[in-house]
Amino acid sequence: MESTVLKTEDFGAGFEDNEVVRSINLSIERNKITAIMGPSGCGKTTFIRCINRMHELVPGATSSGKILIDNENIYDMDAIIVRRKIGMVFQRPNPFPTMSIYDNVVAGYNLNGIAITKADKDRIVEESLQKAALWAEVKNSLHRKGTFLSGGQQQRLCIARALAMYPEILLLDEPTSALDPKATAHIEELVVELKNSVTIIQVTHNIPQAARISDFTAFLYLGELVEFGPTEKVFTVPRDKRTEQYLTGKFG
Amino acid sequence: MKERSVYKRILVDRLFKALVICLSCIIILPMFFILYFIVRNGISVINWGFLLSLPKPMGEAGGGISNAIVGTVILIVIASIISIPIGTLIGIYLSEYKRGRFPYFSRLSLEILQGIPSIVIGIIAYIWIVVPVGTFSALSGGVALAIMMLPVIVMSTEETLKLIPDTLKEASLALGVPYPRTILKVVLPAGLSGIVTGIILGVARIAGETAPLLFTAFGSPFMSTNIFKPVSSLPLLVFNYATSPYPDLHALAWGACFVLIVFILSLNLIAKMVTRRWKVQF
Repeated sequence: MESTVLKTEDFGAGFEDNEVVRSINLSIERNKITAIMGPSGCGKTTFIRCINRMHELVPGATSSGKILIDNENIYDMDAIIVRRKIGMVFQRPNPFPTMSIYDNVVAGYNLNGIAITKADKDRIVEESLQKAALWAEVKNSLHRKGTFLSGGQQQRLCIARALAMYPEILLLDEPTSALDPKATAHIEELVVELKNSVTIIQVTHNIPQAARISDFTAFLYLGELVEFGPTEKVFTVPRDKRTEQYLTGKFG
Repeated sequence: MKERSVYKRILVDRLFKALVICLSCIIILPMFFILYFIVRNGISVINWGFLLSLPKPMGEAGGGISNAIVGTVILIVIASIISIPIGTLIGIYLSEYKRGRFPYFSRLSLEILQGIPSIVIGIIAYIWIVVPVGTFSALSGGVALAIMMLPVIVMSTEETLKLIPDTLKEASLALGVPYPRTILKVVLPAGLSGIVTGIILGVARIAGETAPLLFTAFGSPFMSTNIFKPVSSLPLLVFNYATSPYPDLHALAWGACFVLIVFILSLNLIAKMVTRRWKVQF
């Protein structure tokens, strides 16, 4: 199996005349965690939202260059297929408020009208919740509303919902920014465990978090990819001065 | 010195509060007077015979309003069938496309439509439907009422859907759910309580309308369930009986008023209940 799962070629994106990120060249390795960090407004979120084509939903959004998943340009594929292959978890937990925990997990199947048997659903729900480390806490209340859970639990529910579709890549857009430290630690542990089954790209503005959990780190600054490499190297011997300054807290 | 200024503030505070409470009472009083008069005059004629029988010929005592009740229900059903789907869809459109020339123009048109006097809408329905068909009909009355109901439904749908966080829509789209399904299966259910409330309030609004029906449903002393024939309705019946010279008919008009008020009050209470019970927590 080839180790590169996703590759960007000279990729840029923005809104109307304002280019937010430009000439990004990255390759993401399979079953690794890649952290994308940088100061606020550097285009991290815009970039990650391009990977599953959520960016283009904003009126006036533009993009250029290529993003290849398994050597196929996502802009030549159907957006719906791309989004099923590449799951996403957002900054704030957003479980479907009208659905139970169970229905939230299999929402990807129900909403898409994909017919699967009740037994399959039961299996997917248990498996996904177990992967998201939520099973033990909710197995007796699967048919309660997902919004009754705490913030951290809701976020894990959202991870379970994304995992239920068996995506190749999971995008995490600052998944812990709305959570308290304990819930954050929980999610971090979970993310590290998840890399065995899925490739993870995580946006974070939390430098220690990137250092703790990621295998590769990309540093974005003012829409440019300043540095990309194995996390150890980026953090210990950064090649670019700006990376060093960012890591030591000189700006950002 | 300091204490005195504090004392003054407390005094002003209390005076203002008293004023506000007084003004609120002025709002509440007319409503209670209206209810009191209708109940006092109307309750005496209410019995099963009144609700279930047809009007007697002029001059005979007794008689009921069953034709008007059935007529009102028919008119509401026709108006709802027309305006609920159209109104909800327009509401979705306006909430999805907040900016732009056409949404702005649509919104403006709705506001103007809401301001058009109901009698004018009645005349329009008369020209559109009664004249070509050649007869007064329940259908034309239903269309007139649908036009009156439309802005209420559109606006409540739009306001409700605007309050639903975009993150919810993103959650669905990120699972690869196509846009139309996202709207139908995620956004609409989340806003259901607001939309249903809007529909109920829309029905409450048209249930008491008289003017648009004068040239359309026209009124009829017979039981009719044919939508191409004239039908009676509660407000029309009240109008016709109250303007007649017979005291017997005046009593029947009060009775019909009572039934109408009870119906509209219950709709308003149901709307409140729906809002509270079905509220979705985000």
